Order: sequence, then C-alpha cells, then structure tokens
Amino acid sequence: MKERRYPLGRHARDTVRAQSGRPLDALTLEQARAGKLSADDLRIHPDTLREQARLAAEAGWSQLAANLRRAAELADMPHERVLAIYEALRPYRVTHERLLAMAAEVETEFGAVETAALIRQAAAAYRQRGLF
Amino acid sequence: MSLSRRFQERAERPIHRDSFVTPWPEVGLIVADSPNDPQPSLSIAAGRIVEMDGVPRERMDLLDLFIAEHAIDADMAYEAMSTPSEAIARMLVDINVPRSRIVRLVSGCTAAKLVEIVRHLNVLEMMQAFAKMRVRRTPATQAHVTNRSDNPVLLAADAAEAALRGFAENETTVGVARAAPLNALAILVGSQVGRPGVLTQCAVEEGMGLRLGIKGLTSYAETLSVYGTEQVFIDGDDTPWSKAFLASAYASRGIKVRFTSGTGSEALMGHADGRSMLYLEARCLLATRGAGSQGVQNGSISCVALPESLPGGVRAILAENLLAAMLNLEVAAGNDALASHSDIRKTAKLMCQFIPGADLIHSGFSSMPRYDNMFGGGCFDSSEYDDYLVLQRDMQIDAGLRPVREPEVLAVRERAARSIQALYLELGLPPISDAEVQAAVKASDSRDMPDRDRVTDLAAADALLASDFTLVDMVTALDRAGYSDIATAVLELGRQRVLGDYLQPAAIFDREWRVQSGLNDANDYAGPGTGYRLQGERWAEVSDLPEALPPERYLQGQGDRPSERLAELGTAASGQAPEVVIAVGPAFGRALTETIGGLPHEAVLEALIYGIAAEGLAARIVKVYHSADCAFIGYAGAQISGSGVAIGLQSRGTTVIHRRDLAPLNNLELFSMSPNLTLDSYRQIGRNAARYARGLPVTPVPVTVDNWVRLRLIVKTMLLHRRECEQVDPQRLPVELHFDWEPEV
Repeated sequence: MKERRYPLGRHARDTVRAQSGRPLDALTLEQARAGKLSADDLRIHPDTLREQARLAAEAGWSQLAANLRRAAELADMPHERVLAIYEALRPYRVTHERLLAMAAEVETEFGAVETAALIRQAAAAYRQRGLF
Repeated sequence: MSLSRRFQERAERPIHRDSFVTPWPEVGLIVADSPNDPQPSLSIAAGRIVEMDGVPRERMDLLDLFIAEHAIDADMAYEAMSTPSEAIARMLVDINVPRSRIVRLVSGCTAAKLVEIVRHLNVLEMMQAFAKMRVRRTPATQAHVTNRSDNPVLLAADAAEAALRGFAENETTVGVARAAPLNALAILVGSQVGRPGVLTQCAVEEGMGLRLGIKGLTSYAETLSVYGTEQVFIDGDDTPWSKAFLASAYASRGIKVRFTSGTGSEALMGHADGRSMLYLEARCLLATRGAGSQGVQNGSISCVALPESLPGGVRAILAENLLAAMLNLEVAAGNDALASHSDIRKTAKLMCQFIPGADLIHSGFSSMPRYDNMFGGGCFDSSEYDDYLVLQRDMQIDAGLRPVREPEVLAVRERAARSIQALYLELGLPPISDAEVQAAVKASDSRDMPDRDRVTDLAAADALLASDFTLVDMVTALDRAGYSDIATAVLELGRQRVLGDYLQPAAIFDREWRVQSGLNDANDYAGPGTGYRLQGERWAEVSDLPEALPPERYLQGQGDRPSERLAELGTAASGQAPEVVIAVGPAFGRALTETIGGLPHEAVLEALIYGIAAEGLAARIVKVYHSADCAFIGYAGAQISGSGVAIGLQSRGTTVIHRRDLAPLNNLELFSMSPNLTLDSYRQIGRNAARYARGLPVTPVPVTVDNWVRLRLIVKTMLLHRRECEQVDPQRLPVELHFDWEPEV
C-alpha cells in the first residue's frame, strides 16, 4: 500500500491540496502571472502533514511521525504565534505558569493536543531542572 | 630544531602543523571509553523509563528526561538491552542480518549501550556497517556556498556551478548576520539555474533561520544544534524541547530539517562532565531522534580538529556517523571544516565516508576557494574538485559529483549572475551592474569582484525580511524579468512544500524533481551484488573526465608524413668494414616519425651518425622487422655489424649499444629513459658506440634520472610500443636503409 501512496507527488497529485485549499494542479506559473497565487497556496495543508506522518510511521520512523503530527497542528497557526512559542520554550524565557498557559491556548484554539503535551512536558522538565 | 636533516625535513611537513595531545578524561579530552562513562542499564516500570545508564528518574537532567520520554522505544528495550553488544556489533557486519532488524533493536538502546556496540568494531567493520545502515540507497553530497563580502552575484554564480557539478544541497551562511535574507535568495536562485531540484539553506541563528524558511528563502534547515550535556545545551540557548518544537515548526511550513551535533563540542565549550566525546554524541543523537528530526549533520563538524588531536579520533568520527545511521537518521557526514594541514590525512579520513557512501558525504564541500569559506575553512574546496572526480573514477564510487566542462560552467555562472541581476531590478533591491555580472562569471573568489555598497545591501536585506515578501513574489519577479524557466523551478520548490514528500528521511530531488528518500529509495545493501552500484549511464558520466583523452590523441602527428629521406634497399648483408650499425625498429620513420620526447626520427639518425663519424667510423642503417624489442633490435644489428657493435633504436627513442658476443638481453649501455634523451645524448651515444667498435676507452653517456617520467608518459609509451609491434614481421630479415644525409665532421 505505502509504495503506491508515496511519493504523494507521484501517486496522489489529484488529492493533495495547499493550505489554502486549492489543488496542486492549480498552482501554476500562469496563475502566478495573473496575480492569483497567494502565499497560502504554497503552504502545506495539515492533512498532508498527517498523511506524511502516517507514511513515516508505517515505514518505522515513529519519532519523525510524531514530529509531523505536531507540525500538522502548527500548519494553520500564524507565523508570529509559532515563533513566539519557540521563543518561550528556550531557556529562562518565561515562567512555568506561562508555559502551561500556552499549552492550554494552543490546545483550545488550534486543537494542538500533541504540541500542548510537548509544552507541558517541557514545563515539568524545566521545573525539575530549574530552568525558569 | 631536529638533530639531523633527516628529521628536520619531516618536521617541516604539513602534518606537523596539526595539533596532537594526550588524553585527559576528566575534562572530556578523550574520544571514547572515558572511565567516567556510564555502563548501559535501563529500568522500566509500567511502560515508563525509571532509570537509564545508572541515572534514576529523579536525578535525570534535561537530556536524560527527553531521551527517556521520546527516544527509546520501551517495547524494544528489553530485547535490545539484553542482547549482548558484541552480538549486535556482529549483526552490523553480517550481510545476512537485514538493516531493518538492526534498526528495530537499536530503537531500544540507551546511549551507553550504543557506545558499547560500536566499541567492538574496527574502522573497516564500521565502514561496512555504514554502507548497510545509511538511510538512502543513492549516495549524495552537499556544498558550501559563501564568500567574505556576502557578494550576492558571486553567491548566485557559485551556487549555480555547485548545482551543475552534482551537489544535492547547497548551504550558505553569512559574513554579517544581517545579510542572511539576500544570501539565501542568491543561492536559491543560482542553484535552480545550475540544476533544478537542488535544496538550499542558510545557516544562521535559530529564530532567524525559521523566518527565512517561512519566507520561502530556504528549503531545508540544518543547523539545529544539539549538545550532549545539559549545560552546553543551555549555553546554546535551547533545550531538547525547544529544538523539538522548532523541528515541528519547520515541518509545518514544509521545510526539511536536519539537526547538527558532533564530537568535541562539549569539551570545547567547557562542560563535558568528564564523559567521552562519543558517549556525549550518542546522547545528542538520541535527542535528535527523539525530537523527530529526519536526520543529522555529524562527524564532529566544526570541532573536528579536537577529536583528531586524540588517539582514535578519526575512528570515533566514523563511529558517530554509524551511530546516527543505526538510529535510522539521515547523515550528512562531516568532511566540512578544516581537519588537517596534511592532504594525506584529510583524504584518508574522507575515505571512511567516501568508500561506504553516505546520504551526504560532506556536510559542506567548499564549492569556492577556502579563502571565501565562512564555515571554518572548508576541508575540501573547489581547488580539489578534479582530485575528487578522479577518486570517484579510480574506485568506481559515486560520491555525488560529476565531471563538467569549462564552457558549461561559465554558461551557468553567467545565467545565474544575469538572473540575480534581473531579480534585484524587479524587486527594487540595490542594482547589480553588468561589470559585476561579468566579474562573477570568471571570478575565482571575492577578491575578483567589484566592491558593493554594503550599507545599502544590508539595509535592503533588513527591509526584505521585514516585508511580506514570499516565494510567490520571487516567482513572479523572475518571470517578469524573462526567466520563466527559473521561475518555474522556484515555483516547483513551493509545490514540493505543499506535497511534503521531502520531509521524509534523507530526501533529495533529482533534476526532474523526483524525490529520493528512505521511503522510496531505501538502502537495501545486503552484501555483494546488492544496494547501490555505480553502473550504466551514471558510471559512464563519472568515468568521462575532460582530461581522459581518446588513445589516438596520444599519437597525434605520428606517421602522418613518413620520412622521404629514408629508403629501403633490400636484405641487409653482414658487414666487413669497421662500421657501427644503427638498427632501427620496424615502425621507424614510417608508422612512427618521432620519439616519445618529440625528437624527429631523422634528427635522431643525424645525431647518431654525426657521433659515429666524429670518432672516425661510418654508420650503416638497417631496419629490424622481426622484433619490436630494443635489446633484440640492437642484438640483430650487432650480428651483421662489421665491428660487431650496433646501436639498437626503438621508434619511441629507447636506445641500446650492443655487441655481437653479448647475450641478447645484455648490453654495453642501455638508455631506457628515452623521454630524457636529447640530440646531444644521441650524438654522444654515437661516439661511444664508435669507440667501443674501435676498442677505445669509453665514458658512459650521462643520463638524466627522472622517476616521474614513467608515470607521466606510460600511456604514450604503451601506445607507441603497440604501433611498433603492429609493424613486426617475424619472417622478415633486417633490411638495409639508405639515409639521404652526410655528416660534416
């Protein structure tokens, strides 16, 4: 099965859509010329990331698959929000409470369950190691 | 100062500019097996790791906690930890144990267990294991593209050349950090000119790196650095969790991610905790795997000279590459920063990755002269391309590069420079002049480039980063500027982001944008006849060096105009007079007309005859048909010489003075170094032959000894001899020749 699905660029061109929802075949130079291509047309759709995660997991790369599932959760998040979370996770940036709050926010606003779990785990580890 | 010249000369060799030190385990100055390294252990309670390598959960540091949570497969742990390390080491080199079995076992190993496994392997075994364990079947390599002045035109031209030469990825960095957006733009465009499908990145601070990726200015990120001790990790301004989040952030924008680690960094940064470099690297690799990175750049990287200063350093560097591959990570295997002053040493080290093959053999081969390398100098640089190409051809190994011709290189350089010039104009960036374009085409390094206004360029870079510029703007601007094919390639980069196929392990693109990764190009090495083999069209391409001439080129001009002054008279009779016979080879003066040293046959004959005449004797010339061998030609001449003395002369110029009473393979004097013979030498040979004939004392002809001659001219020697052999007629007796020339002595 997996041999036939990967690469998506060969076996699933018809079904892959950009983050904007437009199909891959619509992403052409003519569209760009006509001013009808937006930045979101060249962003990956969360469903595609989930599909790549499935493919990675089936082939034995379970940690990569988890990463791609977290990526799927971030795919619709604004850039600045992503950058802000990264910044908050760096050493000595924010309080334990702030990290937990961020976890709750991404969970409720974006359904980012796995990302939230990662942030909570970081919060616990940082507290154990005195990183706040 | 050495006591003797013998030692002084060696002391001045490049190897003695490298640093060597004796181990000091307490500060981490030891490559492997520090007395402070822990023993492997793992305890699991209710599916949760509660103790690892001797550290209970409550005393775990950030790395331990992260590794325990993310990197070790608890389901495999019991089997992995209870299988003797030596048994796993043997599986690594056993062609009957598939890669997948080892990958599963390794997924349950702690850092100390990993180190214990590779401890059993010597370098040869590690190379064999690496060939089996690397992720992608097809090997590839990566280029550095930088320069001291962050010159965008030169960056674009160099990136294009690197792409044309076969690099799968091009990596730049900055002289001045603010230049990053424009440097990234230059190599992105240049690379797509050289060969569509090449991935590019710009190594800068993590936050900046992510911004560049989001804007579409890079398509992969490599410098997500991880370290093996908690303190150094924090000093790097990250934690395993922030790095894991960063990896997801990149993937969420369709950008390939590779982490960076490498032996020696912790010791260099002062917090190795007394552990060996390899043990700390094993922790880095587990953190990398746990974070979900598809791969890693390791092999010591910028610290390489530190492990190499210690016993076993090169072995340890190969061991860290192997550990990464065992953990199912793509490996960009180092061979990037300056590792040694000695070409022998750095090449020997390279062979550890070059021979087994790697997903990326270099994590940066300097595609420009070392002078312009902003990544620590470039262990290999553009001056060594041709050496590298010869090594590929010598060993029938695909190490990622292809031979190119100068005109095609200059053509892509020009196109890249023109397209970045046009793009700057379209985007309102500081103008690029025609003079800059012209300079970039032929420049060797940034000293050949006109100066640019750095202040304006950096301001433009700031503005670009702050603007809402995206990949789409790049596409439309290139198209408007008349470079629709490059616009199409850049757009395809965007479409590939939408597909995400290249987020999978060890993914690269070929020139048709076909992705090759661990999922569809999985390494299937299982012994002889399996795995990647360099053959077919690719082998023909690798073999086709510009300097490899067709054989006929070596004989150009030979025999085109046979001597008109030499005429065959009939079977040679035995002479009676006190003469010297000059016996020439069967091709002499006809099928061949010059010696290997380029002396015309007629001039050589004149010189010999002159020398003989100068000693008062006459020369008689005969052509020997039954042999092409110098000794037998001379021997045959001696048999019919009135004096018993003859000069044997092969058409390529090799000469012997022979005498009738000697055994065929004996001689009076032999001049085997024919390329070094001058007309003066031949005159002297003539004189000596005559003096032998007259029974006078003889001083041997002085000859130049140049041992490189054989090396330089062996192909020509072989081809000249083959042509001489073609003229051999075993049944034909020696023929008398008339030579239309009289010496004036």
